[in-house]
Order: sequence, then C-alpha cells, then structure tokens
Amino acid sequence: MPEQLVFAMEVFTNGLMAGVLYALVALGFVLIYKASGIFNFAQGVMALFAAMTLVGIQNGQVPFAHLINAIFGTHVHSFGWNVPSLFALIFTVGVMILLAWAVQRFVFRHLVGQEPIILFMATIGLAYFLEGFADLMWNSEIKTLTFCLPGELCLPQGMNLAIDDAAYNAWGVGFFIDNLDITATLVAIVLVIALVAFSQYTKQGRAMRAVADDHQAALSVGISLNFIWVLVWSLAGFVALVAGIMWGAKSGVQFSLSLIALKALPVLMLGGFTSIPGAIVGGLIIGVGEKMFEYCFGIGQCFGGVINLGGATENWFAYVLALLFLVFRPQGLFGEKIIERV
Amino acid sequence: MSNDSYVTDDGRTIGPTVMEMKNITLRFGGVKAITDISFDIREGEIRAIIGPNGAGKSSMLNVISGFYVPQEGEVWYKGKKRPPMKPYQVAQQGIARTFQNIALFEGMTVLDNVMTGRLRQMKANMFEQAIWKGKAEKEEVENREFVEKIIDFLEIQAIRKTPVGRLPYGLKKRVELARALAAEPSILLLDEPMAGMNVEEKEDMSRFILDMNDEFGTTIALIEHDMGVVMDLSDRVVVMDYGKKIGDGTPDEVRNNQDVIDAYLGVAHD
Repeated sequence: MPEQLVFAMEVFTNGLMAGVLYALVALGFVLIYKASGIFNFAQGVMALFAAMTLVGIQNGQVPFAHLINAIFGTHVHSFGWNVPSLFALIFTVGVMILLAWAVQRFVFRHLVGQEPIILFMATIGLAYFLEGFADLMWNSEIKTLTFCLPGELCLPQGMNLAIDDAAYNAWGVGFFIDNLDITATLVAIVLVIALVAFSQYTKQGRAMRAVADDHQAALSVGISLNFIWVLVWSLAGFVALVAGIMWGAKSGVQFSLSLIALKALPVLMLGGFTSIPGAIVGGLIIGVGEKMFEYCFGIGQCFGGVINLGGATENWFAYVLALLFLVFRPQGLFGEKIIERV
Repeated sequence: MSNDSYVTDDGRTIGPTVMEMKNITLRFGGVKAITDISFDIREGEIRAIIGPNGAGKSSMLNVISGFYVPQEGEVWYKGKKRPPMKPYQVAQQGIARTFQNIALFEGMTVLDNVMTGRLRQMKANMFEQAIWKGKAEKEEVENREFVEKIIDFLEIQAIRKTPVGRLPYGLKKRVELARALAAEPSILLLDEPMAGMNVEEKEDMSRFILDMNDEFGTTIALIEHDMGVVMDLSDRVVVMDYGKKIGDGTPDEVRNNQDVIDAYLGVAHD
C-alpha cells in the first residue's frame, strides 16, 4: 500500500477520534437546550471546573487556599494526602450535582418564562463567574491530569504500538493513533449508549423528554420542572466532567480548556441543537472534515498539490462549514425543521 | 359536605364528597374571574361545570388543578384543607386533567405519552432506575400492562407507536384522555372534551366518558358550553355566568332554573 494512502487513512482516523471529543462537548449543550431551551454558554467552563475539581481532590489541594491564607495569615496549601482517582471522581460528581442544584436554585428558577436571549446572557454570566470561582477554589496553575482506576487501569498516554506494528508489518509504513483517543472514543460510545437508554427506558428519562416537549403537559402529569432541570444540569455536568477528563489528560488542565466550547458550536450548527445523534455525527464530520481539509488543501497533499493554503486551516475550517450550514440548512442535519404557521 | 352514598337510577353508586370548593374568589389584577363560588364533587359522579363563554369555567378548573391560586376561599380534598400547591403536586395527589387546546408531548409516541401518565405510580428511586434492576424493571412491566389496557379501552391500539404530532385533532383528544386516565386519578378534570369535534366524534367521546365512569369508577368533573351534551352525561351540574354561580343541581333542576335560562337565552331588558 502506498505510503501516501496510509498517511491519509491515519489523518482520517485521527479526525474521527478528535470528532468524538468535540461530540462529547456538544452533547452537554444538547442535553440542556432540549430540556429547558437554554443555550448554555458555560458548558466549556463546566468542563474546566470539573477537571480542576477532580485534579484538586486527587492532589489533596485545600480549596480556597489563597483566600484562607489571605484572611487568616496562614500558609496552608495541601492536606498532604493523595485521593485515589475513583473516589475523587465520585466526589467530583457530587460537586457537579451540587453546582447543578445551585445554578437552578439561584439563577434559572428566577428566570422561568424569560426570553431566550436573557437566559443566554445569564449563562455567559455564569461562565465568567464559574471561571473565577474555579480559579479562587483551585488556583490557576497548569495541572497535569492522570487518572487511574483500581488495578492500574490508567488513562493511557502516547501512541498505540500494537496498531503501529501491525500496520508496519502489513504495509511497511507505521500508523499513528493516540492511545488516549482510542480510550476517549470507547468512553464516549458507552456514555452515549447509557444516555440514550436512560432517556428512553426509565421513568426520569421519560419525564425529561416530557419536559423538553411541553411544560404545561408535564406539570399536569405530576412532573416537577425544577427537579428535571436540576437532573438535566447534573447530567450535563457529568458529561462536562468526562469531556474535561479526556481533554485535560490530552493537553493539561488549564484555562484554555474552557475554549473547547467554541469548537462545539460548529458541531451544533451541523447536528442541530436538539438531537443527540446529531451531536455525534456533527462532531465526527467536523473532526474528520478539518483534518482531511488540512491534509488535502492546507498542506497540499491531494490532487498533486494544486491547492496549498499553507496550513493552519484547522483554525477556521469548522466555522466556515458552520456558516455554510447556517445559510443553506439552518436547522442542521438532524434538528427539527422550523416551520412558522401563518 | 356529605358522607352518605346513594344509588343512581342507572345503578351506579355515588359516594361521599371527595372535593369541596369553599367560597372561591379569583382575581386577575382588577378583574374578578370567579366570585365567591362553592360547590362539591362526590365520589363516582360525573359533575359538569357549564356556562356561556367567559363565565370563568376554565379558571375554575385551573383552580382545582393548581394552575391558578385563588385569592380567597378554600379547597378541601379528601376531607383535608389543601395548602397552596404547585400544579405538579396536585397531579401527584391524584387529580388528572386534560386541556382545552390539548397539551401532549408531540415528539413522543402515543404509548410513551400514555406512559407518562403512570409516573405517579412509579416509585423506584434514581439508583434503581439507573441500573435498571429490581423494582424499576418490575414497575415498568406492570405499568406497561395497565397502559395497554387503557389503550385498548379507548380504541387507539392502531396508533400506539405513532408520534402524537402526526395525529388528527380528534385522536389527539383521545390520547390526552388516555394519559389522564392512566394516572388512575381520584378526580379526572376534562376541559371542554368535545370542543371542535363533529357530531360523530362527540358521540364517541360521550361514550368514552360514560364507560370510563362506569367501568373504572372514575370521578369526572368536566367543563362544556354545549348544554345538550352535558345534560345527557352528568349527574349534577354547576352553572356559572360572569364568574358567579347561578345554578347547581341535577340536569332537570338546572334546566328549569330561570337564571340559567336567562343566562343562556338572554333577558329582555324592558
């Protein structure tokens, strides 16, 4: 097999894996938007906050250490213990549920029935508040995230040697896939199946879909809107945590992590804001699309290098694609078609 | 308030009072929608609230189902005074309702819609739900069986798997009824169940209401402005006009009440 083709396959596969991570972030948006019509700008910051909380608990950091030291003149920074990843994970899930409750109780409960733009502005406020809060709570140093379940099951780093070897033996060319990307893909698949099963076959899932569909009808069968909203924000918090772990393990836990939300926007434009399968497919299209575009036209590897844009197309490709979708198919690939009755 | 039971001419047993409205007054700003109205609903009966357009019938229904909170008056339910409640809490207490302009989950199938009516009966906690074991699984099966019974009863088997959004108006009304009935309510509130229907559909709906009352023993309170239908269906009728109660009694009593005749036919002002 020619080296060129293997390289193209490699780019394609890596695109798929990057797409899965985009999809993971987009999923958090879809969950909240479906159930409450709120476009949650803070989703990316929630991922950051979740990852920082996880690392902070793992490393035994004292929360609000700077604040405590400033007020009491002490010098505490660490409890001096390390918490196993699994316990830290459970604890972080608890923190995310608490956050979901607080957001519902102190912000959105007072904004029921407001214009979408007002709800959106509230989430922007929430994003900046949470960013500052995360900083205050866990300080702003860049942290590395290692995550190990009992039995030495760690999030792997580096390239997958088995696949590389197999490719080398078959075609005489190596094949690069990151181990972490493979893991992230498997985790994302399990997460999506679990979410879909939850919403289709359980009482709370049915109630969630009911609230997404019609508030008044949901009330009349005895569903508490507040409870469902807390549930949905908790689920979105959990999805943010998973995304935060994957991205954090890839590129370190730091403030640029919150910017992954921006990559989720074009995914949502493609997939539609209300469709879980849409978020997945949209993520994959963006992931593969931007990698292949870069390969073909960014660095001029296709059609004899006729078009060579000189690289860095990955920065804008997704947004241009989203723009095209906005013009020609504003509801996205899977979103419900918008029909206004006159 | 009465505690005795009696048997109707057609052999149904009407039990003691299950709900009592005492001196209800509801205002929107300066507008009085309901003025000092009292009446009761007894177990097993079909109770109608009628009146011309704008009489405050729907407001009354919304007070019973907790969507509106009256400024004055008390609601007594099963012998206890009801504290102010959210609509979902009222629903959890066993008061189911339908809406005049239909409120269904359009994106969900008929079966799923009716299943939401069973939420009240599903007691498994979040954890059991999440791992889908033990109580959760058993409950889902049991409730599914009950729902199939209701679907059979209302003759909507053929459309079980159809998303509700695709159904015609008449069928939607029936699905909404199925969802309310699935909750096994102590009181079933129907807001203009025949509105917008043709004669045939009205006859179907009347039959379902009577059968529901007969077979399941469901207590029904309904609102209509079509006098003819109501008089044939109901055991007792409350008549409202301009937010006030102008009549209360059996259909025959109401029909001969001069105030009621005036409200419906108009009075000559001379």
